[in-house]
Amino acid sequence: MNLRDSRAVFAKELQAENLHVWRADRHVLKGVGFVLPLGECLKVSGPNGAGKTTLLRTLCGLIFPEEGRVLADGEDVRADLRAFHASLMYLGHEAPLKADLTARENLRYWIGVRRALPGPALDGALARVGAGAWCDRLVRTLSAGQRRRVALAGLALMFTPLWLLDEPTTNLDTEGQRLAGELMAEQLARGGAIVVAAHQELPDTVRAARVLELAA
Amino acid sequence: MRSAGLSAHSGPVAVAAVAVSPDTALRAPALTAARLAVSRDLTLAFRRRSQLVQPLAFFVLVTLLFPLAISPELARLRSIAAGVLWVAALLASLLALEFLFRDDAQDGTLEQYALAGQSLTWLLFAKTLAHWLLTGLPLSMMAPIAALSLGVGAAALPGILVSMVVGTVTLSLIGALASALTLGMKRSGALLALLTLPLSLPVLIYGARATELAIAGNAYLAPLELLAALAVLAVTLAPLAAAAAVRISLE
Repeated sequence: MNLRDSRAVFAKELQAENLHVWRADRHVLKGVGFVLPLGECLKVSGPNGAGKTTLLRTLCGLIFPEEGRVLADGEDVRADLRAFHASLMYLGHEAPLKADLTARENLRYWIGVRRALPGPALDGALARVGAGAWCDRLVRTLSAGQRRRVALAGLALMFTPLWLLDEPTTNLDTEGQRLAGELMAEQLARGGAIVVAAHQELPDTVRAARVLELAA
Repeated sequence: MRSAGLSAHSGPVAVAAVAVSPDTALRAPALTAARLAVSRDLTLAFRRRSQLVQPLAFFVLVTLLFPLAISPELARLRSIAAGVLWVAALLASLLALEFLFRDDAQDGTLEQYALAGQSLTWLLFAKTLAHWLLTGLPLSMMAPIAALSLGVGAAALPGILVSMVVGTVTLSLIGALASALTLGMKRSGALLALLTLPLSLPVLIYGARATELAIAGNAYLAPLELLAALAVLAVTLAPLAAAAAVRISLE
């Protein structure tokens, strides 16, 4: 492992500075900015098409903004994107699961690429999201809510300083929503930050200290 | 290990004890990541075998068409065998390309690879390696058999196998680059061919030459070395370019 890999890019805060993003001829993000210290949760809300997903993808460096910067501890994340990526977990509104793999295989490949994944940790995460009974079934046979739970199991395995979550509670039953809230509360308790795009209220275990309202 | 509901609580306790960790201790080594990327693609391919068999069946069928269309005379077939084998292999490898990145782009796997904190170039190289194991290698194994049906003597088979193995490595890498470039498009089939075929010409030229020399019973090392040089060039450059193309397609 070389030196650059072991450098922690995150110790204090995530900052967005005057982000402008155009998608085709639409000006989606018009000067978005915020400061988010570690240990706090930022809720991004706004009507459909307001640019919530665009903002999350810009924050994690998939979209290059036309103007503005994303800063981690005051340093432009583009200076070392790979180290920044190592310290974040992005969960889109569709879980990145393969229909032809089982839930367990999906997690092993998806998360295993990122972190060392011993069997007990994997089993623990699957049991935690209530997947013990069906974790060896192909994902194509699972319901939307069950897939979402597999995604949550992936989240539970990633102790990165930053979580970027796009509608994490869609398709979940009340028990699943409580679970999502619990995971998010743990992330905050251990000093991690969360940026979450959500229409609904967040589960009440999560106190979003900051809210960012995007206009359509 | 996941016998009781109680074990659900071993997870959270462990979780709470761990502070946020950007990388270091938990970070998967690059080699592990590549191994997982390869074995994921192999597992998936064996769950959907029809995709595996199609290029192979296509290859066999095309080589079998020539005796029917030209002449069953072995001497004539032998003289065109090298060209037939390589053109058929080129077209068959083209057939397999559509599936290389398409599914991964749709279900968000590529996105997660790009955000994995690993080198995307390296992960795409692993994917391309898996693709070669699933198409290039079987094609190379099939080529000597197809050659036999074209009247080639058994002495030439090792030469055919070796030149095919080396040549298909380059074909897979060129194909990876082309399919990464066409990721953003809905129907990419024709464009994929237009991008891939011109870049594959050197492989076709040296590969067919090596095979031709092997069939004639001559030394084929010179064109084989040139083929190997092309493979080295492709290994070095194609994954880099493919990674850049994938990043653009994700934006």
